[in-house]
Amino acid sequence: MIHIAIDEEWCKGCYLCIHYCPKKIFAKSKRRNLRGYTLPQLTGPEDCTSCKSCEFICPELAITVEKEREE
Amino acid sequence: MNPMGEKYLRKDSLPFLWCPGCGNGTILAATIRAIDQLGVIDDVALIGGIGCSGWIPVYIKADVFHVLHGRTMAFGTGLKMSDPKRKVVIFTGDGDCLGIGGNHFIHTARRNLGMTVLMVNNQIYGMTGGQVAPTTPLAAKTKTSFFGNPEDPFDACELAKAAGATYVARWTAAHPIPLSKTIAEAISHEGFAFVEIIAQCPTQAGRLMYGISDPAAMLEFLKGKTIPAQAAQNLSEEERKGKLIIGKLFHDSEKTEFSKRYYQMAASSGKGD
Amino acid sequence: MIEEPNQEVKILQGNEAVVEGALAAGCRFFAGYPITPATEIAEMMAERLPPLNGVFLQMEDEIASICAAIGASFGGMLACTASSGPGISLMQEGVGYAAETEAPIVVVNVMRGGPSTGMPTAPSQQDIMQAKWGSHGDYEIIALMPSSCQEAFRLTYRAFVLAQRYRVPVYVLSDEIIGHTREKVRIPQGLAPVERQKPRAEKKNYWPFKAGPDGLLDGMPAFNEGYKLLIDGQLHDEQGRRAAHIPEVCARLTERLCRKITIHREEIYELETAFIDDAEMVVVCFGSPARPALRAVKEARRKGIRAGYLKILTVWPFPVERIRDLPEQVHTLIVPELNVGRVVHEVEHATAGRKEVLSLPKLGGLLHTPGEILEAIERRNR
Repeated sequence: MIHIAIDEEWCKGCYLCIHYCPKKIFAKSKRRNLRGYTLPQLTGPEDCTSCKSCEFICPELAITVEKEREE
Repeated sequence: MNPMGEKYLRKDSLPFLWCPGCGNGTILAATIRAIDQLGVIDDVALIGGIGCSGWIPVYIKADVFHVLHGRTMAFGTGLKMSDPKRKVVIFTGDGDCLGIGGNHFIHTARRNLGMTVLMVNNQIYGMTGGQVAPTTPLAAKTKTSFFGNPEDPFDACELAKAAGATYVARWTAAHPIPLSKTIAEAISHEGFAFVEIIAQCPTQAGRLMYGISDPAAMLEFLKGKTIPAQAAQNLSEEERKGKLIIGKLFHDSEKTEFSKRYYQMAASSGKGD
Repeated sequence: MIEEPNQEVKILQGNEAVVEGALAAGCRFFAGYPITPATEIAEMMAERLPPLNGVFLQMEDEIASICAAIGASFGGMLACTASSGPGISLMQEGVGYAAETEAPIVVVNVMRGGPSTGMPTAPSQQDIMQAKWGSHGDYEIIALMPSSCQEAFRLTYRAFVLAQRYRVPVYVLSDEIIGHTREKVRIPQGLAPVERQKPRAEKKNYWPFKAGPDGLLDGMPAFNEGYKLLIDGQLHDEQGRRAAHIPEVCARLTERLCRKITIHREEIYELETAFIDDAEMVVVCFGSPARPALRAVKEARRKGIRAGYLKILTVWPFPVERIRDLPEQVHTLIVPELNVGRVVHEVEHATAGRKEVLSLPKLGGLLHTPGEILEAIERRNR
């Protein structure tokens, strides 16, 4: 199970994650954070391959992609 | 905040001052991944110049020196020579490094002084609002090239190599994975390592020069102007025109690094040699 | 000077004496650039530092020189640079950076005729005001003025002491005469090198710019010692974090950078006096003119004139109180200087109109003769 966390406090709504995800699992949402930035949302988390493109491109280090180990 | 951020950032200084979608944050993330991989956070001395890229090290929990415009390599020379064991990593911009800093850049490269210079090239003076820079393309419109830039830009990597740099590479902010590997390699390189990182400045360069204000669109546009070094070899002069070559461009691991050469000379200086 | 049993006696140029003073203080880093009449300092450093495992660098210009010296200061070494007029002008941004980041560095200016390229091989004292006001912004520095080769040695050593104690750039304002004149210099053996104070606070609790009530910081840490320092030319808080958007923090820092020197001025002042007690006219001098001034005062005394001699060795902070508190019977102060008349206004200001102040400027790269100063004393005495 791959867990993708978007830290809503730091996100600046630049949408680089939306563009750079090869599986296109991000999209714009209609929600804003407290700083006024419109957040992205996950539309297809089950398609994530844990490539971490989003984690590495995010300029705010606001995305964490974790592969939870099956115990 | 992802684990790398938690581990290495000065959280009480957040949020980053950069615009949404600025390449600097991506470059900061790539740098701390490289430092983490090498385990050298206690051995690095991070220096930032003046400009948006100069702020990168200020957010990192390390020994950090935010210095004068253009003078990163001069301060870095003092830091390196006072203790050659430390790893000096410099964050500079195209204006800071090639404009006001040009003289220090060519001489520090000439000496092959051991340091890693990460030059973020957004082709403009961004912090001051979008003025023409030594890397602004010919004919581009900026706030001080109102009618189009009448000057040709530098090729920073060619300049670095000609001046004496012994490790030269170029990536863009769209290549965070190879960039991080290159940064680790550059930090491990003993001599003068120069890495140019082409980055999107959607607010100034994008808006003024290219008519693109979306960060992703701007970064894709810049990426489209690059060719990997391998592929470039097979192209003609005509085909390569207007393109920037990315990858590791030059690596000389033989040439003696300056502080080593200096201290060897000093060690034999008192003995009448 | 008290004759010490353990001393080496050498015939040295002032420039060489500066190097001996720096090395005795423990300076092991010099970055500089050739410029007349300071070049000998760089040349002697180039010869003496490597065998001591010190660092000598001829940098690409003076700007690189001062920046490298500041880098070395935070890198763990006692560092200095030396230049003259045009080079010192180039270094001003660096001086301001050292003042704002509280970096101990010593800057030697072997003053030559100005302005601009000026008179490269002739002396002047035209840069005294530049030492105080040269960089932009509000800050304070310390400036010492030798008048002999012996003082060039001793004051350079003292410059390193003051730079470390107050974490401030300290100028040694020499001139071409002192720089190139050869005199006997007594070098005490076993002079202790100046120590960098280790911070008292624990590393994890260390705030680099937290000052005590005396305005001074806790020690001088270096990079890569575990402090994770944040040193920034932009105005900052006590932890080093940017604060240019916070008025009170910026005001507090700027004010402290100035106060930390002004409140300690009595400890910094160094003056020498002769024939003062019953003097009616006092020659207030500094640097090279102090030599003919003393001779003139002695001659005046031989002629029965109550002349006195007051030599200032610390021109900045200016010893206002020492001028102000001269005895009542002193009615005139004469100020010989190798410029159009600059320090004379500081003297005027200090007397607050209670004494007459006569300016004795000299330009063209020449030094006052004892006769010229004596004539000024005699003229006033009539």
